[in-house]
Amino acid sequence: MSIIKSKELVHEYIRRDEEGNVESIQVALDHVNLNVEPGQFISILGHNGSGKSTFAKHINALLTPSEGTLIVDGMNTSDDEFTFAVRQTAGMVFQNPDNQIIASVVDEDVAFGPENIGVPTEEIIKRVEKSLKMVGMHKYKNHSPNKLSGGQKQRVAIAGVMAMEPKCIILDEPTAMLDPDGRKDVLQAVHTLNKEKGITVILITHYMEEVVDSDYVFVMEKGKVFMEGTPREIFKDVELLKEHSLDVPQVTLLAHELRKEGLPLPECILTREELVSELVKLKNGGYVYGR
Amino acid sequence: MLRDITLGQYYPANSVLHSLDPRVKLFGTLIFIITLFSASNVILFAAVICVLIGIIKLSHVPFSFMVKGLRSIVVLLIIAGLFNLFLTPGKTLVSFWIFSISDVGLKNAVLMTSRMILLIIGTSIMTLTTTPNQLTDGLEKSLGFMKKAGVPVHEISMMMSIALRFIPILIEETDKIMKAQMARGADFESGGLIKKAKNMVPLLVPLFVSAFRRANDLSFAMEARCYNGGEGRTKMRPLKYTSLDQRAYICIAIYLIVFYSAKVIL
Repeated sequence: MSIIKSKELVHEYIRRDEEGNVESIQVALDHVNLNVEPGQFISILGHNGSGKSTFAKHINALLTPSEGTLIVDGMNTSDDEFTFAVRQTAGMVFQNPDNQIIASVVDEDVAFGPENIGVPTEEIIKRVEKSLKMVGMHKYKNHSPNKLSGGQKQRVAIAGVMAMEPKCIILDEPTAMLDPDGRKDVLQAVHTLNKEKGITVILITHYMEEVVDSDYVFVMEKGKVFMEGTPREIFKDVELLKEHSLDVPQVTLLAHELRKEGLPLPECILTREELVSELVKLKNGGYVYGR
Repeated sequence: MLRDITLGQYYPANSVLHSLDPRVKLFGTLIFIITLFSASNVILFAAVICVLIGIIKLSHVPFSFMVKGLRSIVVLLIIAGLFNLFLTPGKTLVSFWIFSISDVGLKNAVLMTSRMILLIIGTSIMTLTTTPNQLTDGLEKSLGFMKKAGVPVHEISMMMSIALRFIPILIEETDKIMKAQMARGADFESGGLIKKAKNMVPLLVPLFVSAFRRANDLSFAMEARCYNGGEGRTKMRPLKYTSLDQRAYICIAIYLIVFYSAKVIL
C-alpha cells in the first residue's frame, strides 16, 4: 500500500481585498497525482513557484487541499481528526535552519516534538539520544544552536523530526542555505535514515546533483507533475529538460555533449565514476576520436 | 562583537544555589524582598544583610558580578537618595542656602538607598545562578495556579523562551543590516540624539520585516512538530523537588519565622 497517495490534488491561493471579495486566484497545485511507496527515496524537482513547497506542506497537513484528496498512511489530511497523527507520521524539515529550532539547547530542541505528543519523560530522553546519534550530532547535545554551522543545525532539525518516530520525512529544500560541506553532511544523514531505518524520504530540491541517488523523481512545473521516472529516465532527455530551463547534473551534461560530438557513450550517465569507467572502456577498446 | 552578548547574566558554577529548583529560588527571593522592606530597625536590617552575605558565599559567584548590576541604576540611586535627603520634613540638622537636611530625611535616604542596593544584589543572585530556561520553567510552574483565572501561563513562558532563543539571531541580523546600510553610505554615529534616532528608522524597518518572516516560518515549524499549546504536553526535564529543595524551603521558613518573631519582640 502506498504511504502517500495524492489524487487530483488542487490547491489555490486566494487573495482577497479589504471587503473580502476575491481579487485573484493563484493555482499552486493543478491536479497532482502521485504515489509514494514505503521505504522509497523520492525527489521532487522544480523551479521556484512550481508548487513543490506547497505540495510538501500538504503532506504534513499544514495546508489542506482545495480539491482532490491526499492520503498519508491511510489517513485523509483534510480530516481534522487526523491532523496530528499525519504530522507525526510525516515529519517535515524546512529550508531555513535558524527558523525551525525552537529551544536554546540542542537536546531540548530535539525533545520538542516528543514533548508535544505527550511521550513520557524517560522515553523522551531515550529518543533524543537515539536521534542525535543517527545524524551524528550527539557530541553537540548540550550546545547552543547559535554556535553550530548551518549543516549542523539542519541535522539537529532532522533529529528533531526523527525523535517523533515518523514513517516518512519530508525535506523542503533543506540544503538551499548551506555551504557544500554542510550540504553533503545533511544528504548523507538523510540517505542513512533511508537505508538503515527504512524511513520514506521525500526530498524537495532544485539541485540536480542531489536527485541522482533517489529511487524515483517527480519534476514539477506550474503546479503540475510534468515528468516522472527514475533519475536515469529523467536525465535521459537532456534537451527536453533544457527547454524547460531545468539543469541536469554536470556529469550528465558533459556526457551528453560528448555524445553529440560523436563519442559512443551510453545514454544518461549520472555519476563521475560512471563517466570515468565508460571513458576508460572506450580508450581500452582502442577508440580514437575523429577517426 | 555583537555576537558575544550573553543573555541574562547566568554565571556557570557548581554551587548549592545553582542546583536548587528555580521555584525555590523564586520563592526565596520573594521572601527576601518582603523581609528587606519590613526590616524597620538596625538589628533587623543587619540580620537581613548577614543572611544575604551568607547566600552570596553559598553562590560561588564573584561579588564583582553582583555589583555590576548596580552600575546601571547608580543615577536612580543618587536621585532617590538626594530627594529623600533634602525634601523630607522633620527636625532640621544642617541647613545651608536653600537646602536643609532633616533627621528623618537622613534616615530615609540611608535606608532607601541601602534597601535598593540590597534588592538589586539579592535578585541578581537569582538570575546569576539560574539559566533563563530554568527561570521560564520555574515561572510557568509556580504561576500555574493563574491558569484557572484564564491567564495563558504556558503560552507566556513559551513566548519568553522563544524570545530568548531569537535574541542572538536578531542581534546578528541587526549587525548585518547595519553593515549593509553603512556600505551604502548610511551614518549611524554622527549627529545629536534626535538625528541618531531618525537614522535608526532604515534599520528598524527591515529588521521588523525579517522578524515577522521568521515568526511565520517558526510557527509553521512548530505546527509541523505537533505543537498544540500546553495541553497534554510532557517534559524532558520536568521540575522535580529533591531533598535539597526541601531543606532549602525549611531554611526559608525558619528565617521567616525568626525574622518576624524578632520584629515583634524588638
